[in-house]
Amino acid sequence: MLLRSSRTGSVFDQTAPNANRILRSVTVILVACGAGLLLMSFASPKAQHGDRARTRTEGLAAWQQVYSVLTSPRCINCHTATNYPQQGDDRRRHFANVVRGLRGQGVPALQCVSCHQKVNADSTGAPGGHDWHLAPLSMKWQDRNDQVLSSVEVCRAVTDRSKNHNLDGPGLLKHHTEEPLVLWAWHPGHRPDGSLRTAPPLTHEQFVEATRRWVEAGMPCPQAP
Amino acid sequence: METYTITVNGRTKEVTVDPSAPLLWALREELKLTGTKYGCGIGACGACTVHLGGVATRSCLVPVSMVGNRPIITIEAMAEDPVGRIVRDAWVSLDVVQCGYCQSGQIMSAVALLKSVPRPTDKNIEESMGGNLCRCGAYVRIREAIRAASRQLKGGVR
Repeated sequence: MLLRSSRTGSVFDQTAPNANRILRSVTVILVACGAGLLLMSFASPKAQHGDRARTRTEGLAAWQQVYSVLTSPRCINCHTATNYPQQGDDRRRHFANVVRGLRGQGVPALQCVSCHQKVNADSTGAPGGHDWHLAPLSMKWQDRNDQVLSSVEVCRAVTDRSKNHNLDGPGLLKHHTEEPLVLWAWHPGHRPDGSLRTAPPLTHEQFVEATRRWVEAGMPCPQAP
Repeated sequence: METYTITVNGRTKEVTVDPSAPLLWALREELKLTGTKYGCGIGACGACTVHLGGVATRSCLVPVSMVGNRPIITIEAMAEDPVGRIVRDAWVSLDVVQCGYCQSGQIMSAVALLKSVPRPTDKNIEESMGGNLCRCGAYVRIREAIRAASRQLKGGVR
């Protein structure tokens, strides 16, 4: 027993200092963390405000990029406030007396799909995409005089779930990433004269990334002036 | 050149055309269905209107390669269509036509309207027929003929 005890004791004698060192180290770390947390709790209002401000600033910058695409002719021509779509980079009224109709798809004998097929018809110059139609009036990004709404107004409309088909941030990101008519803007085909239609000011990848940054920042909207 | 099988007025037809050729040219030049007219060539006048898959469609803007298996109905088949017959009779009884060049497109649009809205309001007529131009200015008689045809359809005109 003595021998065993002595052996055991000798074992403990060898490990005890290590255990103590570890315990001391853990204690020091815990105390340091606690102190850090305490310091952070004292410093947090300002630091957190700074983080929030930076996030909001970054989010607003991302929104401005998104806004530049939404208000480009390829997108806004079908986000009118009037009874008709627009066409061309000069956003002129759509020819042939085309009207919106009840569901934004035209009227019985003059539907959007009376001319616009599921893909671009480059030989005839008629653009096309899946389910070609106007955006609902709740998603108008122009006023009734065809003037583009401000960044504030468009942002409010886009983030208002009572107007945007109940899309939250991830829903908006998905819409910008996958919706066929959104994607069409970057493959708008040829005009009747054979020239290429103008694409939005950002690439689709940049647009999606800007949307992602804006959504991650909490979808901030600019303040009204 | 490519060969396409299309269904026109209930009959299966083969046309060998350039894939980019508008349906209008396949109808007129290949199948000799010349009732459908070439007007502006850019979808602005409605003279080339046919029904494609049941939708009034500007055949000058749709390449043959995009038609697929959607049935095509032209003015030549309107006499066999119940609504088409009523519209034709209204056209005749009101002597709508002057030069007549745009009338096949007008009738195709009018039939599409009445099949969708048997009791059209004046606004319905104005909007649906707004893409069909008539250089003779027969708009008043066209509108009256649509009203007359509507009265002949179940439900009548509003």
